[in-house]
Amino acid sequence: MSAPTFLRLLAPWLAAIVLLALLPSIFPSRTALSVMNAIGIQLVFALSYNMLLGQGGMLSFGHAVYFGLGGYGAMHVMGMIEAGAVDFPVFGLPLVGFAVGLIAGAVIGWPSCRRAGVPFAMISLGIGELVAAAGFMFVSVFGGEEGISGDRMVGPEVLGLSLGPIGEVYWFIAFWAFVASLAMWAFTRTPLGRLSNAVRDNPQRAEFIGFNPQRVRYLVFIISGGFAGLAGGMSAVNYEILTPETFSALVSGAVLIMAFIGGIGTFYGPILGAALIVVMQSLLSDYTEAWQFYIGILFMVIVMFAPGGLSGLVERVRLAVRRRELASLAPIWGMGTAAALAMALGMVILVELVFRWRERSEPMELLGFPISHQSVLGWALAGLLLAFGTLGLREAPRRLGRFLRGEVP
Amino acid sequence: MRAALTLSGLTKSFGPAEIIRGVDLEIRGGERHAVIGPNGAGKSTLFNLISGAFAPTSGEVRLRDKTISGLPAYEINRLGLSRSFQVTNIFHNMSVYENLRCAVLWSLGYRYTFWRWASRLADVTRRSEEMLTLLHLGHARETPAGLLSYADQRALEIGITIAGGAEVVLLDEPTAGMSHAETDRAVDLIRRVTEGRTLLIVEHDMGVVFGLADRISVLVYGEIIASGTPEEIRGNPKVREAYLGEEAL
Repeated sequence: MSAPTFLRLLAPWLAAIVLLALLPSIFPSRTALSVMNAIGIQLVFALSYNMLLGQGGMLSFGHAVYFGLGGYGAMHVMGMIEAGAVDFPVFGLPLVGFAVGLIAGAVIGWPSCRRAGVPFAMISLGIGELVAAAGFMFVSVFGGEEGISGDRMVGPEVLGLSLGPIGEVYWFIAFWAFVASLAMWAFTRTPLGRLSNAVRDNPQRAEFIGFNPQRVRYLVFIISGGFAGLAGGMSAVNYEILTPETFSALVSGAVLIMAFIGGIGTFYGPILGAALIVVMQSLLSDYTEAWQFYIGILFMVIVMFAPGGLSGLVERVRLAVRRRELASLAPIWGMGTAAALAMALGMVILVELVFRWRERSEPMELLGFPISHQSVLGWALAGLLLAFGTLGLREAPRRLGRFLRGEVP
Repeated sequence: MRAALTLSGLTKSFGPAEIIRGVDLEIRGGERHAVIGPNGAGKSTLFNLISGAFAPTSGEVRLRDKTISGLPAYEINRLGLSRSFQVTNIFHNMSVYENLRCAVLWSLGYRYTFWRWASRLADVTRRSEEMLTLLHLGHARETPAGLLSYADQRALEIGITIAGGAEVVLLDEPTAGMSHAETDRAVDLIRRVTEGRTLLIVEHDMGVVFGLADRISVLVYGEIIASGTPEEIRGNPKVREAYLGEEAL
């Protein structure tokens, strides 16, 4: 590989280092730091999930199992450090999570990777439920409903970080998020990483070039479990508590949603998805009780209208730039975006009004303006926005089609 | 010459339907051998039995001296027998280059490797580039395979089949659905890439068959009714009877 290509490959990673170094200065508040720490954990988790879904073609409904087991492994070792039983830095606990995740992947993957497609998805769901149930049964291991908690300020320090204040935890999270992402990206460039794409595209043909697709799936599954466990270990250190809820289908569903909204067709998609969902979860929940509803809607819209996710849209724009079509496409895309925003705003107003009509009475606030469900104004505004949105979303694809068929110069 | 591939007493039944009804056939090392026969004769099933997609109901397939019937397809492939498919069977979302690179990996000893970058494996790169040139697909190197033209996809199909350097190559209707010009190009490609290998080919285009094959076997209702040089097959009355009403030989 020539030097310039190599530099081009590494440029995004250098940019990531700069970004990670600057973020705490740009967003120094405690809230911002805790959101960024959560993003760091979830992006590793989502990337590990995409090793299965996007790259290996394996739809799992039970990825929380490896996240949770890795987290519990790290948490127990943290307890041992506190008790003085082992001399291990808390900073290195994600490695414990990684090891536990690998082992869990190796054990559980053995039966489940024999099948692909729907049976694989069903088995992953079953195993997820099984482990979640076991989590509540074995109180001595998983701590029952209370979970188990730990203290991260024990044991030897690494890089002079006591890991006490959240600002120091940020560096811990940033370090592991970076290392894990880089490792997962490097994996995509190895023969096994490429073969997992081959098995995703066409398992039968993979057999006829000498590879056992079950073996490929199994190995990818183990490695993916390891990185999910690593994210679990990061989570154990960050929150200092873990409950069996971590194994739940909700967590497995959330990682699927993050990866898919971000885009499973590119490496970086799940990072965008993790960031967006964590931000929505933490910020939106301050403003509205319907925030989960909005995430659900967003997920459905992406599945139906932009299956490439956010990164799919980014790649589409980059393609247009390369083909020098951006100037012609921008007005059409602008129209589509405006229509989609109108639609979204109309829907938000509608949902909030309905919610207040049935559950609460105080008026909603939109950009500082109070809107009451008792006046017709709010309902009319919602209807108008939805109508505009619908019109725009019908017209924009028509224009796009005409352009792509070359009917418009 | 020693037999590269030997089928003896091969049968295959799906439920009560016996599709292959006792096939004995010897493919000599280095020859180009065509299997022809009317639709539904069992040609594709025969290929599936040889390549390990199905296990035979009874009988045996030997690659040189080794019995391969009953082995999984990937092990048969590793022993040096590779096949193409009648319906294009490529890695659609991957680039042409990635398709070829994956097909090269096993034969060069990179198994389930995850500790080295694929682009740093000099022998893999060299072999993949050679394949790209051989197939005349250099212009489409980074194109996702699913977006290639039909003829290019068929060429890639053959490329994936032979990239691993198999000694025995099975091609299942490589020119199906092609125009005359495309067929000529495909035959030229097949001729070049099977140089020094043993070829077993199923083909409907009699021009291709008689132009390419050293020997021909005729499969009718799951049995080989004749086997010989193109001249012998052309003159064989049983073959003429089987093909009555179909294309003239």
